[in-house]
Amino acid sequence: MKLNVNGSTHEVDADPATPLLYVLRNDLELNAAKFGCGLGQCGACTVMVDGKAIFSCLTPILLLEGREIKTVEGLGTIDSPGPMQQAFIEEQAAQCGYCIPGMMMRAQALLQSKPDASDAEIQVTLEPNLCRCGTHMRILKAVKRARELMKTAAMAPASGERKV
Amino acid sequence: MTAPRFPNVTRRNLLLGTGALVVSFSLKDHAFAQEGELNVPAKPPEPVAAGPKLPGSLADTPSLDAWIRIDADSSVTVYTGKAELGQGTKTSLRQIAAEELEVPPASINLITADTAITPDEGFTAGSQTVQNSGTAIRNAAAQVREILIQQASGKLQVPADRLKAQNGRIVGPDGNSIGYGEVVMTDMLHVDAQPKSKLKSPDAYEYIGKPFARVDIPAKVTGGAAYVQDMRLPGMLHARVVRPPSWFATLKDIDTATIKAMPGVVAVIRDGNFLAVAAEKEFQAVQAMRALTGLAEWEEKPRLPNEQDLPAVLQKSESEQGVVAEAGGDFTGGVKTFSAQFMRPYQMHASIGPSCSVAHLDNGTMTVWTHTQGVYPDRKAIAQMLGMPLDKVRCIHTEGSGCYGHNGADDAAGDAALIARALPGRPIKVQWMRDQEHLWEPYGPAMLTKVSASLDASGKVVNWKYDLWSNTHSARPGSAGALLPGQLMASGYPPDKPVMSITPLGNGDRNAIPLYSIPNMRVLWHFVADMPVRVSSLRGLGAYANVFSIESFMDQLAKEAGADPVEFRLRHMEDPRARKVITTAAEASNWSNEPMPEGRGRGFAFAKYKNHAAYLALAMEIDVDKETGKIRIPRIVSAVDCGEAVAPDSIRNQTEGGIIQSLSWTMYEEVNFDNTRITSSDWSTYPILRFSAVPGSLDVHIVDNPGSPYLGVAEAAQGPTSAALANAIANATGKRLYNLPFSPARVKATLGV
Repeated sequence: MKLNVNGSTHEVDADPATPLLYVLRNDLELNAAKFGCGLGQCGACTVMVDGKAIFSCLTPILLLEGREIKTVEGLGTIDSPGPMQQAFIEEQAAQCGYCIPGMMMRAQALLQSKPDASDAEIQVTLEPNLCRCGTHMRILKAVKRARELMKTAAMAPASGERKV
Repeated sequence: MTAPRFPNVTRRNLLLGTGALVVSFSLKDHAFAQEGELNVPAKPPEPVAAGPKLPGSLADTPSLDAWIRIDADSSVTVYTGKAELGQGTKTSLRQIAAEELEVPPASINLITADTAITPDEGFTAGSQTVQNSGTAIRNAAAQVREILIQQASGKLQVPADRLKAQNGRIVGPDGNSIGYGEVVMTDMLHVDAQPKSKLKSPDAYEYIGKPFARVDIPAKVTGGAAYVQDMRLPGMLHARVVRPPSWFATLKDIDTATIKAMPGVVAVIRDGNFLAVAAEKEFQAVQAMRALTGLAEWEEKPRLPNEQDLPAVLQKSESEQGVVAEAGGDFTGGVKTFSAQFMRPYQMHASIGPSCSVAHLDNGTMTVWTHTQGVYPDRKAIAQMLGMPLDKVRCIHTEGSGCYGHNGADDAAGDAALIARALPGRPIKVQWMRDQEHLWEPYGPAMLTKVSASLDASGKVVNWKYDLWSNTHSARPGSAGALLPGQLMASGYPPDKPVMSITPLGNGDRNAIPLYSIPNMRVLWHFVADMPVRVSSLRGLGAYANVFSIESFMDQLAKEAGADPVEFRLRHMEDPRARKVITTAAEASNWSNEPMPEGRGRGFAFAKYKNHAAYLALAMEIDVDKETGKIRIPRIVSAVDCGEAVAPDSIRNQTEGGIIQSLSWTMYEEVNFDNTRITSSDWSTYPILRFSAVPGSLDVHIVDNPGSPYLGVAEAAQGPTSAALANAIANATGKRLYNLPFSPARVKATLGV
């Protein structure tokens, strides 16, 4: 079946019951989304589908044909990080970093649909995502920073590169 | 008279009941191998070594070229036996090496723990990386720089004292220069380090103590391959293990033909009670694991104690008693005596990413990529388990999710190796499932503590008796019996016999000796050898429960003495650095005794981690909702002194993280079990702190001491945080909580709501 991931269409040869997470990580070799629990309890696997944050560990690919899937890899690159990535680098918002891609995607979904989300809304939105290193204060700071960077990026002339 | 201080306490182990002296030793410069801290000096290493002993880990691996390599193209490679666990080591060690070698940190190629190429530095544990490996690298780098200058002196025909190292070159007074690579010769660095190094003075630092972005973060936030979970080798199979439903369970006969016939399944591996499946695709392995789980029948044994009776169970299970500290001997003084009992349940590492490993048996050599904290000990255990010679097993550290101690990493490495042995030539990736990590990782041991102390008429503590009941906190590999697959396989290796070991580093007794000046003191460890559940090292070891107990009780004594808790601590504290962090945290938080609104309280706590590492004090303000038993934390202010601050932002990051993790342990965490099975199998049955509970603000003030020895910092916050919270609750409500965790139900019960 065909999956649209980060703007490209991929032909995937997998059991339609396969959770999206395994297809992203193995078939498409995308590292960002992580296996954390397989139960929808920790958010490490969070990606966006049609602009909304979902648990990729619970979502079989049979539900996803024709829908827009976005992962951290779709936000920018190491040489040209997108605003969300730039914010996490600026705030040094990681310890082990394992939970961070899931955090970024849930925050991205919020800020894309609500660019002026309040600090309180950011905190409430991140509730499904767990961090064990205790990096919470920095993650919150980074998402607030991303809120500003995304506005600047949105106002800048469309270069395509920084657009999210 | 002052409290006993390291390293002047003579410690003994006494046989329970008889009082016979069986072991006696004074502290030596070299501690025993325990809790991941092999060959750690009892005293913090001096940056400028004064004696014949080599600084940091150079004492064990003296050759300079074991640490630093310079190639003909002037590229610099630095080797460390320590691993990046998310604490920023890959960055701070580069800063240290760069400082003395006079090259930009980013230009250094840093190789971390790999049994084939790096020094053996035991375990990456106990907040020892910068203290030991950093000290070694710092001194080695300085000595290498001086060797390069000596060599360049001959080539440039300029006296060495007129040359300096600068940006990868040796530069003379006239601006003439020569690159490191042009100076270096074969085996030039194959010499042992000298005890003394010409270290740069703090006022000349370019990199140490300066803001420096972590080198690993950009890849981690852009989808780069950063973890062992991200490894994909050609021909790699995905494997899953099927664990027993409970400890002591045995597998009945099983016909796995239906599993072998499932799509993609390459092999089902059974070895005694060890059961696993390997498949071409990951989800095929998951499906086969599920089917195999349904098929497997186990004989279970109800051998777990009643979790409600843990204090009694621990006391009943005492096998041996050890004197941790003794001073004075007059326990009759004082005008009033108080006592209290504290309890800490079993708690988990609970890594967000379940353990994972890749193993490959190729041409008779087993290579294992693992997020273990100790590649060398893990190699030894795996080699023993497989019956292979040590030199045919190579363990390479590859990052995993944060571990906070001995989690499932080593076991997963053993799993991968055992499966890879059955499938030579094919790389095997084993990924544990969530319930497997929750149910099978070794937990932080439950602990019971009892303390009694007397105040004299002037409000000073004149005597102190402290008793702790605890398992060992060290069950790390070294032997195959420390690995789950080693225990489960048919030729099953028994777990190592738990041994009580009382050393300056501390284990269950870590931080059991108060740093306060108390003339008469006695601290006993009632050792529990038999483990009701599997235990090992969790961040801070016994320090978490001991500091919780000591600092809660100090607060209680302050109240009885009618004293301010901060002033009461200072009243009993002589160490000027301890006083400094206490006053820094108090001042930065505007500590006062002004009355607070209903339900709000403030709490304070302090500890010097291990009594020889970082000093940390913190103050917090909290709100207690009496109706729900929920705690909100508007503000936390901390101060930390870890000697010379190499990477200030990493120190802040580690301290913030330590505080928040300890809040999670303290407010929520407890492993539950029935008489047969552990029942905390996921995040709903073992909840941890989520975003709704984070503090409103969290400040970390670093008390820097440029030029002074590095003091381990990554675990310093675990203990004080729990006590500060208990003290704040007592301040807010007038009621004190003695048993962890402070769940809403327990808070309500304590408040009598």
